[in-house]
Amino acid sequence: MEGLDDIIGKHPFFADMRDDFRRLVAGCSRNTVFEAGQYLFHESEPADRFYVLRHGRVALELSAPGRGTLTFQTALEGEIVGVSWLIPPYRWTYDARATELVRAASIDAACLRGKCEADHDLGYDMMKRFMPVLIQRLQSAQMQVLDLYGAHA
Amino acid sequence: MPEQLFAAPALADPMTPRVALVRRRWRDGPDVWTFELEMADSDDPAYNFAPGQFNMLTAFGVGEIPVSVSGDAAYHGRLIHTIRAVGPVSIALTRLGSGDRLGLRGPFGTAWPMREAEGHDVVVVAGGLGLAPLRPALYRLLAARERFGQVVLLYGARGPADILFRKEIESWRRRLDIDIEVTVDHAAQDWRGHVGVVTRLIPRASFDPLHAIALVCGPEVMMRFAIAALNDAGISDAAIWLSMERNMKCAVGFCGHCQFGPVFVCRDGAVFRHDALRDKLALKEL
Amino acid sequence: MRGTQRAVLTVDGIQALLDGLKGRGYRVLGPTVRDQAIIYDDIAAVADLPRGWTDEQEGGRYRLHRRADEALFGFAVGPTSWKRFLHPPVLRLWHATRDDDGIRVVAEPPATERFAFIGVRACELHAIAIQDRVLLGGAHQDPHYKARREGAFLVAVNCGVAGGTCFCASMNTGPEAETGFDLALTELLDGPEHLFVVEAGGEAGRALLALLPHRPASEAEIARAQAVIDHTAASMGRAMRSDDLRELLPRNHAHPRWDEVADRCLTCGNCTMVCPTCFCTSVEDSSDLTGAETSRSRRWDSCFTMDFSYLHGGSVRASAKSRYRQWMTHKLSSWHEQFDTSGCVGCGRCITWCPVGIDITEEVRAIRDSEPR
Repeated sequence: MEGLDDIIGKHPFFADMRDDFRRLVAGCSRNTVFEAGQYLFHESEPADRFYVLRHGRVALELSAPGRGTLTFQTALEGEIVGVSWLIPPYRWTYDARATELVRAASIDAACLRGKCEADHDLGYDMMKRFMPVLIQRLQSAQMQVLDLYGAHA
Repeated sequence: MPEQLFAAPALADPMTPRVALVRRRWRDGPDVWTFELEMADSDDPAYNFAPGQFNMLTAFGVGEIPVSVSGDAAYHGRLIHTIRAVGPVSIALTRLGSGDRLGLRGPFGTAWPMREAEGHDVVVVAGGLGLAPLRPALYRLLAARERFGQVVLLYGARGPADILFRKEIESWRRRLDIDIEVTVDHAAQDWRGHVGVVTRLIPRASFDPLHAIALVCGPEVMMRFAIAALNDAGISDAAIWLSMERNMKCAVGFCGHCQFGPVFVCRDGAVFRHDALRDKLALKEL
Repeated sequence: MRGTQRAVLTVDGIQALLDGLKGRGYRVLGPTVRDQAIIYDDIAAVADLPRGWTDEQEGGRYRLHRRADEALFGFAVGPTSWKRFLHPPVLRLWHATRDDDGIRVVAEPPATERFAFIGVRACELHAIAIQDRVLLGGAHQDPHYKARREGAFLVAVNCGVAGGTCFCASMNTGPEAETGFDLALTELLDGPEHLFVVEAGGEAGRALLALLPHRPASEAEIARAQAVIDHTAASMGRAMRSDDLRELLPRNHAHPRWDEVADRCLTCGNCTMVCPTCFCTSVEDSSDLTGAETSRSRRWDSCFTMDFSYLHGGSVRASAKSRYRQWMTHKLSSWHEQFDTSGCVGCGRCITWCPVGIDITEEVRAIRDSEPR
């Protein structure tokens, strides 16, 4: 059975992380499993942990009256679910649902935020890792919002 | 002048439509119809199209538009076109039923580099209706499968209901020798597949960038981003081919409408190798 | 002038030329005064020519004035060019009839009329040669242009007057007619007689000349004709350096000058209508009320129109700026890549007929001068 330290170390999101940082992160982590259909979290709940997907796919969803529940993005193996833990008010802005069996390392947000405050080098390393996630999310949203495939008569 | 691996041979009378009979038609998506046409002459040059070429289709009394051939080049005797009803001419065309007639001129334009692709991995990136001009290339890839390396199809659509040729994609998926990933811009809960832009699928696809050729077709914005993602994945501009679209009135380089910088999309395209267009795609209002 | 044989015609000889062409079945077209401009239309007699008229041209300005002499060709070029006959403004391409058996499409047969153009300037000879490349030089040929072009008899005139907006000299397209004509005339008014020095451009020209009352030209007359041409070349109203335009304009796609000219440009399209090399067309399909008879007509179009580049619910070139840039870049740069020649022959019509006097030579200069040396 793999230790959390190993799991974090092998995950693409934490590639090439310094040993001591990795141990700090592992110290805030635990293993989680979600069955297909289970929710990782719901909109407006406290964003107190984020997930590093090891296996499976997660749909990011929003519900709109009259339109039902819409998936605007799927997160895949190797990716991260949850960025709202980074900034106050630390609340989720969407629902996250496992569309199949999901295994993830779940990382306690308050724990990791505390460690980043205490060690700014760790904080900077984490920021650098999260930046591409945010930027990719933004670029995808830019394209999706244009409704490129729609018939624009 | 961009290098052309395939140029349409000159037609005897390129300006006058020939009459085509609608044999069958069926709905392939919201406002999207596919037509099976038969030409009066069994040796009509239109039957000898190359994947990527297009015909000019006339709705008599209404007008004429360019439509890529979306059927199998190996299937002689029938011509398949997929048309989305968005303007007066396409709406008139999609109202035609079995037994009706339309006008056809063609085939025009350059073709997907199927010969050059042999011996390579082939990454096909399609967005929305862009899958239609690529389908003849896919038929060729699958029919002569042993001549190509990895074959990957990445397809992005607006939503699950907009997935073009869905049943066909599902049947291709059941083959073991082609990787297919489909994504949509947004979906309801009953969609169990990817949601997100098609460019996100590129870094995860399995191909050897040093020996791969990419074929790209879709809205121009999507193609720009897809090409950037293909470049990031290691495929150079000289190995990326795309199909452009512009207003066309003649399809033979006389009316001037389809110019994109110095190239005529009808004659120098619609299929271009990206290194020939590289700096032009990003120019606004070129 | 090259060292070929020259002949001399009088004004009566010109009339004999017109009669001779008509007698051989040509439709004779030439300059004539109409609506205060000199345009090309059917002519039958010397009296139909703009005898004694000259034109004053500047940016956005065209006026006719009486000359002090009786020159037949003492003017530059007017708003029409020969393209209205070779590449007509409106042309039916085909018509179709629907009946119980189906639809039958009948292509419009090419014209059988043969044109004789009287008074073709050097810039216009180049423009015709350029349109030959566009419409006949590619993988496809325009059958209508081909029929009209192949039957045409061209009587060129070496300009005795340089227009206020002319710049053929700097474009190497004139003022001397060098090739592409059947006959070339140079009008001499500086002696006791009103004469025309004539050069034949080929067999057809020689054959017709042989039938006209003429005599060999003297060395002095040939020298006087050359002097006329040289004087014209030295009095051009404009000049434009064009050897670097192929790269200069695309390189400056985002130049602020385009915004500036867009503030002035009305996108009226006059320039494209008067330009002798502009060839863009559009088509229109029409139908009778029952849908039994349908047809398609081709008509001149202009890249300045809003709809020219219409695609998916909007135009690619929506702004006036992008449309002006497209016209100028196509004419002066893209044309090289497409047809191996410039699209501009320096006739100056676009400058004269622009309602706000936009000057293509000035726009080029402004962009070029703004680049660091």
